Amino acid sequence: MTRRPQRQLSRTQRMTVVTGVLCFVLILVVLQLWLLTATMNAYLGGDDGVVWPALGASAACLLLNVGLLGYLFKR
Amino acid sequence: MTDDRPIDARIDSADREGLTGTARSSVYEPAREPEDVTVPPDQRPMAEQPRWRRDFAIDWPEDNFIARRDFAKFLVLTSGAFVAGQAWIAAKSLLRKTHPAPTRQKIGSLAALQVGTATMFAYPTASDPCLLIRTRDGKLLAYSQKCTHLSCAVVPAIDQGLILCPCHDGVFDLATGRNLAGPPPRPLPAIELEVDGDDIYATGVKERTV
Repeated sequence: MTRRPQRQLSRTQRMTVVTGVLCFVLILVVLQLWLLTATMNAYLGGDDGVVWPALGASAACLLLNVGLLGYLFKR
Repeated sequence: MTDDRPIDARIDSADREGLTGTARSSVYEPAREPEDVTVPPDQRPMAEQPRWRRDFAIDWPEDNFIARRDFAKFLVLTSGAFVAGQAWIAAKSLLRKTHPAPTRQKIGSLAALQVGTATMFAYPTASDPCLLIRTRDGKLLAYSQKCTHLSCAVVPAIDQGLILCPCHDGVFDLATGRNLAGPPPRPLPAIELEVDGDDIYATGVKERTV
């Protein structure tokens, strides 16, 4: 099975892609910031139930961000 | 000198686009993007250029592309820092579970605490200041004295039924310890009390989010 060669994007198209990815990464980082403050508030209030799910969600956001960044550097 | 060649009969036909000077405008469109002006000195494509030349572009569009890509890299690093923060909270949460529960500790006596007054004590450790309050109707209440905003010492206003934080005008309810106004995000931790004869004991700390 042969791999289809990657289409070469023009500079304008690459700028659109990088701006879109940047917006998506920014949204995920803001989500992580909210998660961190909410988890800290819950932890200081004696509620440990949200700590591990929040860590998992934040790690998933990081993985997604790393994937998007990898895509960006291949372009 | 005159051109003796006959005029092509197709010049006035519907099929005249193939003739010189009558081609579609798309034929003359440039092969490259108009703003694509980067031409490295050795003429090789940018993908084959050394890293330093790719990172320090000589034209604005390429520079914008690199700047935004690097900003995305910075954001991903920030994202990693947030995960590290979450992991730190999780580790602290695990450590907290291994701590022994606070012990029962005598903190005062009913005879020494007049109705409508308050006193201070430390519980569960000497570095945890708390307030013991006896309300007008004789009810005993105890809270941590650290404001949940920035740990300033809170002050009871028993006649108003409030606990006030003078640092940033935080207001708590005296009866429940709940945050009513100002920046405090959580209620004051409540100290669980037990009265045995004339003695007052603290038996535990109840932290709350609402």
